[in-house]
Amino acid sequence: MHSFGYRANAVLTFAVTILALMCAIASFSDNFNNPTPVAQVQVLNINWFQKQPHGNDEVSMTLNISADLQSLFTWNTKQVFVFLAAEYETPKNSLNQISLWDGIIPSKELAKFWIHTSNKYRFIDQGSNLRGKEFNLTMHWHIMPKTGKMSADKIVMPGYRLPEEYR
Amino acid sequence: MRMLTRQKEKKREKEKGRRERERERMEWIRESVASVRSIQFRQLLTQAVSLGLIVTSALIIWKGLMCFTGSESPVVVVLSGSMEPGFKRGDILFLHMSKDPIRAGEIVVFNVDGREIPIVHRVIKVHEREDTGKVDVLTKGDNNYGDDIVLYADGQRWLHRHHIMGRAVGFLPYVGWVTIIMTEKPIIKYILIGALGLLVITSKD
Repeated sequence: MHSFGYRANAVLTFAVTILALMCAIASFSDNFNNPTPVAQVQVLNINWFQKQPHGNDEVSMTLNISADLQSLFTWNTKQVFVFLAAEYETPKNSLNQISLWDGIIPSKELAKFWIHTSNKYRFIDQGSNLRGKEFNLTMHWHIMPKTGKMSADKIVMPGYRLPEEYR
Repeated sequence: MRMLTRQKEKKREKEKGRRERERERMEWIRESVASVRSIQFRQLLTQAVSLGLIVTSALIIWKGLMCFTGSESPVVVVLSGSMEPGFKRGDILFLHMSKDPIRAGEIVVFNVDGREIPIVHRVIKVHEREDTGKVDVLTKGDNNYGDDIVLYADGQRWLHRHHIMGRAVGFLPYVGWVTIIMTEKPIIKYILIGALGLLVITSKD
């Protein structure tokens, strides 16, 4: 009854239970954080805009992204994955989401940033619908916790438009 | 003469008592043997039941999780470093499969035809059809340089709904190392299973 094995088992079970409980509480404590992130994106230039040989439109652009995501960080945050996606509708597709740029923010100090970049991933449509197309740029973020529940949210920035002609 | 008969009687009585005592002793031994046997049988039975209980409760938890999350494998272990520094090798992900549409930024677990091991990567492009609601999805590992087209089957450019086993909703670090060690060094698994079985069988209660 009170052998070494029995006691070791009891101690181990108790330790694991406490650890699991602490993880759950840490994850739950994230709910008390009310973040107020801000983001701004400017399309500085359309570098080129053309129709690929097999018929899909492709565009390359230069972006100026500035954001302050410091309020997303809590003590249970390991990193924040942030990406900027172009979102638009076409007659064929009810939703197109194309990631243009992304980044990993490892700490709160680096969460206020400013970047000048051309799109990291190719902006290719399924078809040829991009001329004069109105689109949203959406700043998404995905919070990866040290442990527990992951969460995500976004800021939608509407009112961007591609040029009427290829260039 | 009288003396003789009395002595004989005494002797006979002594003999009788001895035999009786012997019989009692025999009976006692027989009884104790029987009781020991029955105890062992009962103990064996309880051990078998408790072993069965452990196995079935593990199964119940797993199947319950499957129902609850709607994913055929509710918990996966990260095997590669392609999502570092978010997910490291040996971390555990909890999956959830709902009817909600798949959107960019979500971390999904998918199976590619011709590949046995599922992959955990992030969705970077989504095209959802207006009429059928069919989705074309492109994924990429956060730590990889390029997107996943090279990982898909030959000629496959997009993932579809049926490739996706679930999306990651929760995260627990390090715990998955146990399974990684066990799959890579099966001896340790057998030793562990043997030791656990022995422990269950030999434990008194």
